[in-house]
Amino acid sequence: MSQQKGLIAPKKSAGQRVGAYISWLIVLGLVLWSTTGMNFDLEKALHSMPTVKNIFKGLFHPEWSFFNESEGVVDNMIITLETAFLGTSVAALLAVPFGFLAARNMSKKYVWISWFGKRILNIIRTLPELIIAIIFLVAVGPGPFAGMLAIGFHSIGMIGKLYSEAIENMDEGPMEALTAVGANRIQTLFFSVLPQVLPEFFSFALYKFEIDVRAASVLGMVGAGGIGTPLLFALQSQDWARVGIIFIGIVIAVVIIDFISGSIRKRLV
Amino acid sequence: MNQSNAFKLPPKPSRLKFIVIYLILAVLYVVSYIGIKADITELWEGLPNMGNLLAQMFPPDFAYFKSILKPMMETLKMAILGTVLGSLLAIPFTLLAARNVFLSRWITSSTRFVLNFIRTIPDLLLASIFVAIAGLGPLAGVCALVFFSFGIVTKMTYESVETIDPGPLEAMTAVGANKLQFIGFAVVPQALPAFVAYVLYTFEVCVRASAILGLVGAGGIGMVLKTNLDLFNYPHVTTIILFTLLLVIIIDSVSASIRERLL
Repeated sequence: MSQQKGLIAPKKSAGQRVGAYISWLIVLGLVLWSTTGMNFDLEKALHSMPTVKNIFKGLFHPEWSFFNESEGVVDNMIITLETAFLGTSVAALLAVPFGFLAARNMSKKYVWISWFGKRILNIIRTLPELIIAIIFLVAVGPGPFAGMLAIGFHSIGMIGKLYSEAIENMDEGPMEALTAVGANRIQTLFFSVLPQVLPEFFSFALYKFEIDVRAASVLGMVGAGGIGTPLLFALQSQDWARVGIIFIGIVIAVVIIDFISGSIRKRLV
Repeated sequence: MNQSNAFKLPPKPSRLKFIVIYLILAVLYVVSYIGIKADITELWEGLPNMGNLLAQMFPPDFAYFKSILKPMMETLKMAILGTVLGSLLAIPFTLLAARNVFLSRWITSSTRFVLNFIRTIPDLLLASIFVAIAGLGPLAGVCALVFFSFGIVTKMTYESVETIDPGPLEAMTAVGANKLQFIGFAVVPQALPAFVAYVLYTFEVCVRASAILGLVGAGGIGMVLKTNLDLFNYPHVTTIILFTLLLVIIIDSVSASIRERLL
């Protein structure tokens, strides 16, 4: 008897079922509410078919000559990669103190410290990169430097959060051992904490670099240099063949970077 | 003897490797620094400008809060529609990409190739293309977010579908179930909680994306932000940023608490 019981799928209680229905109703209500004010117009949609055709024509017949001409796709993509590389590196360094600040096991007695650190990282992460880029543009003028600063600032949020989780998950044995033999805090940090978390730190920074390459390619659309700048011009003049070749450039760069970074990360952790 | 071996430290990695890695990094830094014409002095000199800007941004214009409520709701609507449609679209592709559902490598690999391709398209580029098609407004944003959320949901879900318990799958095959029964009774019940959690996570990402898509004309609060930036109306800009932060934080915490209960 008891054996058979284990084989029967657990039945949901009436309360659970009602709860599930209510949540689906809420979701349905939200979706219906969202469709209001969308102004979908079939006639207009059919009207835009020639544009769609033009876009596809352009995307499938990219302007190859723009690929490696000077100030073309390759030149701009290199700037974008450099922007992302420097930005992520700056963030990876600046995120170290934030990561330690936000890690719960680094400030055991004072819970508010890690709470405070986590809040800061959350706020940095929530500020959109493009908005930060616009603020830096005012400071240093248009160009990839502003993009680099924006990435450097914004990435602290995510990298810091990942760092703090790595610190929280580390083995505390070596730390206790060092404290037991009378090491001070700095010595514990250098000989037990850092050796454990550094490979993970590198791996997270590389992962964020992959994301930042994508981010850096659109930063140019607000004036922060790189491949986004010619992309913006091509979109504004509806030069779809040029959009096509720029898009191909972005895809190639992203795939290559993901592959290299992925294989390094596999060896690290 | 054997015992003391266990306490030996692992061999130190060779010094040469480290030196080579650091050299490569150093070269990359110098090349990049020159390449993007970075200039620390420029940042230093620009700091007063930035201080000026921040001074103009504060205090925010709280009276403006009421007039941006509607575009803010539009941003939320775009995110909801985009996520829901993108996730529905994601279901069949998720199954096609999972190696334990479709055993043919040919199907899974080609699906994954298409999915990877879609994921590399930046959201702003998608939005700009849809603005050209559907005109300025939230509809373009929804279309962009459908593709955007589709890319994220499929990737996360097929990875979790591949980690489900193979027992029920084998049982279904053993009793001669067809592909639809196999999916409906063995895959879906196992993968559904994770799927819903990923959809919620994607919704959070989409709310953030939806707030800036307006910068290229795809509706929502971003369009209002762009207008105010162009007019140098910085107190309004601050209000918009603060309101966006508030919305994002509320959505994140609600969604995170639901996700915690699901998994």
